[in-house]
Amino acid sequence: MNSVKNLSRRKFITLSSMSGTAFTLGFYFPAVAKGISKILSVQNADEKGIELTSWISIDKSGTVTLVNHRSEMGQGSFQAVPQIIAEELEVDLNKVKIVFAPGNSKKFGSQITGGSSTVRDSYKNLLRTGATAREMLIAAAAKKWNVPATECYAEKGMVIHRPSGKKADYGTLVEEASKLPVPNQVFLKERKDYKIIGQPLPRQDTPLKTNGSAEFGLDKKLPGMLYALVERNPRFLGKVKSFDDTMAKAVPGVKNIFKVEMPVFSFKREGVVVVAESLWAAMQGRKALKVEWDDEGFEHLSTDQLYSRMREDLQKPGLSQRTGGNFEDRFQKAGKKLEAIYETPYESHSCMEPLNCIANVEGDKCEVWGPIQGPDWIQSDISERLKIPLENVSVNMTFLGGGFGRKAFTDYTMEAVLISKQIKAPVQVVWTREDDMTQGPFRPGAVYQCRGGINNDRINALQVKMAAQDMDHQWPGADKTNFNGSNTEGLAEAYLESIPHYSFSDVPTESPIPVMWWRSVYSSTNGFAFESFIDELAHVAEKDPLEFRRSHLGGERYQAIIDKLQEKTGWKTRSKNDGWGVAITECFKTIVGEAVKVSRKADGKLSVDKVVAVMDCGWYVNPDIIKAQIEGSIVMALGAAITHETHFTDGKAVEKNFDTYLMPRISDIPEMDIHIMDNDEKPGGAGEPALPPFAPALCNAIFDLTGKRIRKLPFKLAEI
Amino acid sequence: MAAINLTVNGKLYKIVADPKMPLLWAIRDLVKLTGTKYGCGIARCGACTVHLNGAPVRSCSLPVSSAANQKITTIEGLSTDNSHVVQQAWIKEQVPQCGYCQSGQMMAAAALLKGNPHPGDKEIDAAMQGHICRCGTYVRIRKAIKTAAEMMASPTTAAAATNAGLAPK
Repeated sequence: MNSVKNLSRRKFITLSSMSGTAFTLGFYFPAVAKGISKILSVQNADEKGIELTSWISIDKSGTVTLVNHRSEMGQGSFQAVPQIIAEELEVDLNKVKIVFAPGNSKKFGSQITGGSSTVRDSYKNLLRTGATAREMLIAAAAKKWNVPATECYAEKGMVIHRPSGKKADYGTLVEEASKLPVPNQVFLKERKDYKIIGQPLPRQDTPLKTNGSAEFGLDKKLPGMLYALVERNPRFLGKVKSFDDTMAKAVPGVKNIFKVEMPVFSFKREGVVVVAESLWAAMQGRKALKVEWDDEGFEHLSTDQLYSRMREDLQKPGLSQRTGGNFEDRFQKAGKKLEAIYETPYESHSCMEPLNCIANVEGDKCEVWGPIQGPDWIQSDISERLKIPLENVSVNMTFLGGGFGRKAFTDYTMEAVLISKQIKAPVQVVWTREDDMTQGPFRPGAVYQCRGGINNDRINALQVKMAAQDMDHQWPGADKTNFNGSNTEGLAEAYLESIPHYSFSDVPTESPIPVMWWRSVYSSTNGFAFESFIDELAHVAEKDPLEFRRSHLGGERYQAIIDKLQEKTGWKTRSKNDGWGVAITECFKTIVGEAVKVSRKADGKLSVDKVVAVMDCGWYVNPDIIKAQIEGSIVMALGAAITHETHFTDGKAVEKNFDTYLMPRISDIPEMDIHIMDNDEKPGGAGEPALPPFAPALCNAIFDLTGKRIRKLPFKLAEI
Repeated sequence: MAAINLTVNGKLYKIVADPKMPLLWAIRDLVKLTGTKYGCGIARCGACTVHLNGAPVRSCSLPVSSAANQKITTIEGLSTDNSHVVQQAWIKEQVPQCGYCQSGQMMAAAALLKGNPHPGDKEIDAAMQGHICRCGTYVRIRKAIKTAAEMMASPTTAAAATNAGLAPK
């Protein structure tokens, strides 16, 4: 068994002061609670005034409440976090209550739900929390029965004395357990003994989402709450010159109309808010509002100008990022050479639930509710901007109707807070679909220049240069001389072991368009360039694309994925009438290989028939949730490859709603054959890494079938 | 403003509303049933789908006055205890991720199955084409519709289907 002697960063302590709860367990951060490094009893903690987390609470009736500290936007943290705790705690998952944690990084660590990090960042502490509570309950039972603790074990919310068969429910033990010292050493179960982790258990939130009872941000209502819509300048740096609210004020139910500005990175997004007694009244008021915009003094960019600029930027040397060997020299001397440019589009997140947020500012206190991906970030953002203490800011997460990175930003929450502050009332700010789709931040598009040299059937020299907006350069005072580490995101790292001469660099392209994380972040575009170009090099080398990857991607994990792809696609015996393409990417410590099959139908149309996806995310919690995430990632990647793109003209986003931003529909979806590798590697991300390999695998398949190489996304399948 | 009688899930609601207000907002903000969702406001995403006299309609684009005195069914009207065969199939196949679009998806599926207890892939495509799921649960939606059809056909669940008004005529 794994002995956990020293909890290096976090210490366990108990707390029994929660109302109605006899036993509460969690961990705190010594780095925050400075000067306290010993394990504390309840009294000690109270004396020192330390705030404790409460990951596990058990009341005297035996009801177990587990906390999910991350947001639930469909990716399954609502299930995965409790599933980890419940394993070591030895309770039945369908008998526990799951609650969302409020925003509080002191108590819960980072809560920003991004980077596919929920399980991989937290799993060890969650396991230890569960195990510690279990051991304390066992100790309490042993004490009660006056038997050695080693003769007792826990199962299904009970402690059992093995020799006598005596049983005690957790509820009857919690009072005693809460008085015991916290053990500084607990044993974690071995993976082979897991009963809950690794099982495709049904999600606890599913029944709430099939009868309309799940509460999303837009469903949340407060007593006395007002509604607001904001008419924002459609140009990204535009301002409000003046507005005429005569007609709008005449709309029954409209209460306040005033100018608002919302901080977005280093600029302010300006608009005019209409506050009303009902959402419908606010909508009518907004329609009746007349606003004159100030659009002077900044660039009105179009997509064509932006991409010309990125292509020009590729002529610059770029910020050196990762290099090995001597690329230029070896490229010049290479036996066979290839150069290619790849282009990827800007995209809207388009969560099915448009942005919204409720804020209530009362004096020096502020509380918000909404579909929020970064509750702790929002808490500190509000505290800083309103200049009120952090503990005066409460951030509550509802269920999120999609997130994909967009709801991790602080613009929409701050705007609601500023409106509430002005009207001195609770207010729900609602974004229409058009607001949501046109204001950004967007996924940045990127243009890549790839150069490769082949010697002896292998890649001897590889260069990838990216021109794109740098998300980190948008902040006030950003250091623009630095790269942000994004250029090799998505790259199967093992390539760098086998390619002796390489150079990856990026050129930050300047643009007024706000950009932000979008599912799998830079990997979502990088992957297309990397794995399309590797495929092109395979053809230059006259090698089978899968075998070419096999010969460049060393290490068991890559080889196992390639074996699985070969087996599940029937690669060696594949029909010549089908096109097959493969791509392998690495994102958030997870490796995914995907193979796509395309064919030409009798009517002449190209059809995306099937995707074989193999994910190696190491240690995992719930394979069915992971499978769902892979399915969803493939669909989202399909959209960005063949159905939608956000264009800009005259400094504004063009696509405003689903009539022009066309989403994949049920009839567009290929058959999916999904596999998750079993191994003892550390956990990687699961919610995003299956997105990057899809587009290159699709384009590689189309090349295989038609000989046509696609280097620009999105493209129209019907035109191939 | 006008006094309007709405019959939602078999219950009469006397509301006072702007007659041109879309049915969606009347259901959500006046009847206070929030399972029906706003997604696009232009009848392109399907999140707001409810049944009007048994047929699926986009409530975001239907004036509330035109739904007066007619039979409206929302997701809460399939059942609140998840006993409807479509709800059971959705749970069995673990369809929802974020779940936001699923009320509309399920209303479309329920209407499809009522008219066609054994839909094939083409019929499923036709019935579900108007519904967007950004999480990409389409594979499971298709599977769940087929599962619901099987449940309706099996003797053990046929009774539940009859109770839900789904049994083939």
